Amino acid sequence: MFDYGGVTVSSAPPRIKELQERVQRMQGTATSRPLETVPAFAGLIQLKTGATYGVDNPSLAMALMAGPSRAGAWSAVVGAADFGLEAAAELGVDLERTIVVPDPGEQWLSVVAGLIDVATVVVVKPPARVTEHQAARITSRLRQRDAVLIAWGEWPRSDARLTVQSSSWQGLGRGHGHLVGRQATVVVRRGAAPPREALMWLPGADQQITLVDSPLADVRAVRVS
Amino acid sequence: MTELLARQQSPATARVMVVWCPDWPVIAAMVEEGLPAQLPIAVVAHNQVFACSQAARTEGVRRGMRRRDAAASCPDLVLVDHNPDRDLRVFEDILSVVEEVSPGVAPIRPGLCALGVPSRYYGGEPQAAAVIAERLVSSGVWDCRIGIADGIFAAEQAARRAAPQDSCIIEPGGSAGFLSGLSIGVLEDAEMVSLLKRLGLRSLGDFAGLAPRDVLTRFGRDGAWHHRLARGLDNRSAAGRTPPPELDAYVDFSPPLEVMEPIVFSVRQTAERFVAELARLGLVSTTVRIEIVGDGSWNGSRRWAHPRWFGASDLVDRVHWQLQADPPPEPVTGVRLVPESVESMADQGEGLWGSAPDERIDRGVARLQSMLGHEAVLSPSLQGGRNPKDRQVGTPWGERADRLRRRRLPWPGSIPPPAPTRVFAEPRKAMVLGAEGQPVGVTPRGMVTTEPALFKTQESAELLRIEAWAGPWPIDELWWDPAHARQVARFQVVGIDGSAWLLVVEDNQWWAEAQYA
Repeated sequence: MFDYGGVTVSSAPPRIKELQERVQRMQGTATSRPLETVPAFAGLIQLKTGATYGVDNPSLAMALMAGPSRAGAWSAVVGAADFGLEAAAELGVDLERTIVVPDPGEQWLSVVAGLIDVATVVVVKPPARVTEHQAARITSRLRQRDAVLIAWGEWPRSDARLTVQSSSWQGLGRGHGHLVGRQATVVVRRGAAPPREALMWLPGADQQITLVDSPLADVRAVRVS
Repeated sequence: MTELLARQQSPATARVMVVWCPDWPVIAAMVEEGLPAQLPIAVVAHNQVFACSQAARTEGVRRGMRRRDAAASCPDLVLVDHNPDRDLRVFEDILSVVEEVSPGVAPIRPGLCALGVPSRYYGGEPQAAAVIAERLVSSGVWDCRIGIADGIFAAEQAARRAAPQDSCIIEPGGSAGFLSGLSIGVLEDAEMVSLLKRLGLRSLGDFAGLAPRDVLTRFGRDGAWHHRLARGLDNRSAAGRTPPPELDAYVDFSPPLEVMEPIVFSVRQTAERFVAELARLGLVSTTVRIEIVGDGSWNGSRRWAHPRWFGASDLVDRVHWQLQADPPPEPVTGVRLVPESVESMADQGEGLWGSAPDERIDRGVARLQSMLGHEAVLSPSLQGGRNPKDRQVGTPWGERADRLRRRRLPWPGSIPPPAPTRVFAEPRKAMVLGAEGQPVGVTPRGMVTTEPALFKTQESAELLRIEAWAGPWPIDELWWDPAHARQVARFQVVGIDGSAWLLVVEDNQWWAEAQYA
């Protein structure tokens, strides 16, 4: 009786798919949806809700926050008393929709859980080692609440780990100039897959994150043609 | 029928009582500043004495005297600046005292109010005046004078002629006769008074003797109005006022409560009533003072501002936080909610599709705040400042970020973008050395003593070579204030490992303020 004919999930218009996902979420069957990601990261990583990402550097945390925050999502920063808010705003994080808990104390894990309920992106700087069990509980919460966790520091079994392998600052001489921007090699490791890397401005002179048009890329383009 | 009409039109029905408290600005200042009554006090406006107390008057202080002359004639004179708002505020209490005796009190100006005479209830006009005088004296205003006459003008003049705490009653129909004996100076229009005096009219009686038509043609409408006053034909009656609505809400605990949870729980209903009462008047409250009243003498009061407006659950949260932050040392007998500022709901209303952070966020954050304390969850914002730490500020969630420094102003000495990604709440010790390991300092002329070559921060165990550096950028902060004056110089330093730092040097001690990580 309820024959949908040729309508399948894959061919359904995006709106229907979105509604189906919402129904699934409400039923408790966790799904994952992609979040906006800063264009420079396009070839490296695509943020997905329900996942955990490890970073070793606050700039990367801000860069990952910036995509969803710009698109209107709420974000939260836990346990990072030294988080540079002005830099975050420059990279595109909307501070109006940001909740900051600089010093959560002993209960930091329950604070993270509480913030996952309300914010889409939660950045945490774990003050102590996280056990596998704790991480698993947080991950299931992330799936339920449709949020993403960015750990600035060690986090067991994170879906991907982003690191700045090397960075070179521009604009500063010996006794003159001032810092303008830096070129950083960002490496993404994802399980056993070979690491991906990209050279990007983090940030550039315009305080934006963009890929460096490396001569290497040009060579490759020539070779393809 | 004619008798009924006659009674309705008879002046007896329009009797007016005027209550006058002389030197009101002085009384108001005394009440608010807690000054004793026997002191010579003068209230000063525009460098002139605006009002003075009896004690000051016996020392020779007069209204209109210059401040310096007044102080010279009475050396221990207490000078208070005139504040019309204060006069009004304190007079509000007097109005409510008079309103307890008789409704329909019309304030004329601070220190002077008019009302219909409640003579029938109290058994006569002198008795009614005595009751009001007694109430006022028992509420602390010992000098009040009452006049009763047919119109407000005549009653006011009568009050000015009454003895302290006494009344002066002009018989019905006797206003014109009473007024005719008074000097022309009692009219308030100084220009008109001076003109009439120059015309040889010394008393109100002389003025009243002129023909109304002549007065109208010569002095215009204003003159005609004063002429009517002088003839005792003032037909203004005490119109009364609508008492301001009582918006405070108070919850009373008997027996007093000691534990926090029942207090918070019991406040809920009152908070809901408080918000509903405001909503009925089309208002919302954006600032609320919460007073927690202790069993003994303790009283805890705190002012809370809301970025939008207070709902019942917000109020309950604030009571909870206040009890947490400032635990009462004794059992609590009551909690009072006072709306400090109310705004029209229309100005504050939410857009049709919601313009404010949605309820879910607020509720979630409130849960965290009840776990960690109100000040632990912050809403970040940026402001102007010279060093990176001063440029960012966290306001406790649910409070309004006010008193932010403007970002648009030039902040000399601030570092151009990009901003550092790590900003230390407290600067961390650092070390910078020259190529031979000698310490690097800054001369008073703003030059480095030697080129920096090696540095060390708390993050690294050993000295790192400096790849690039810039500075010193000197900043003289608060140089006009010797206690807070700082003379610091900033440097940007990049190590060979690619880490970039914002360092400052003050008195040859190096600190790391921020890191470009």
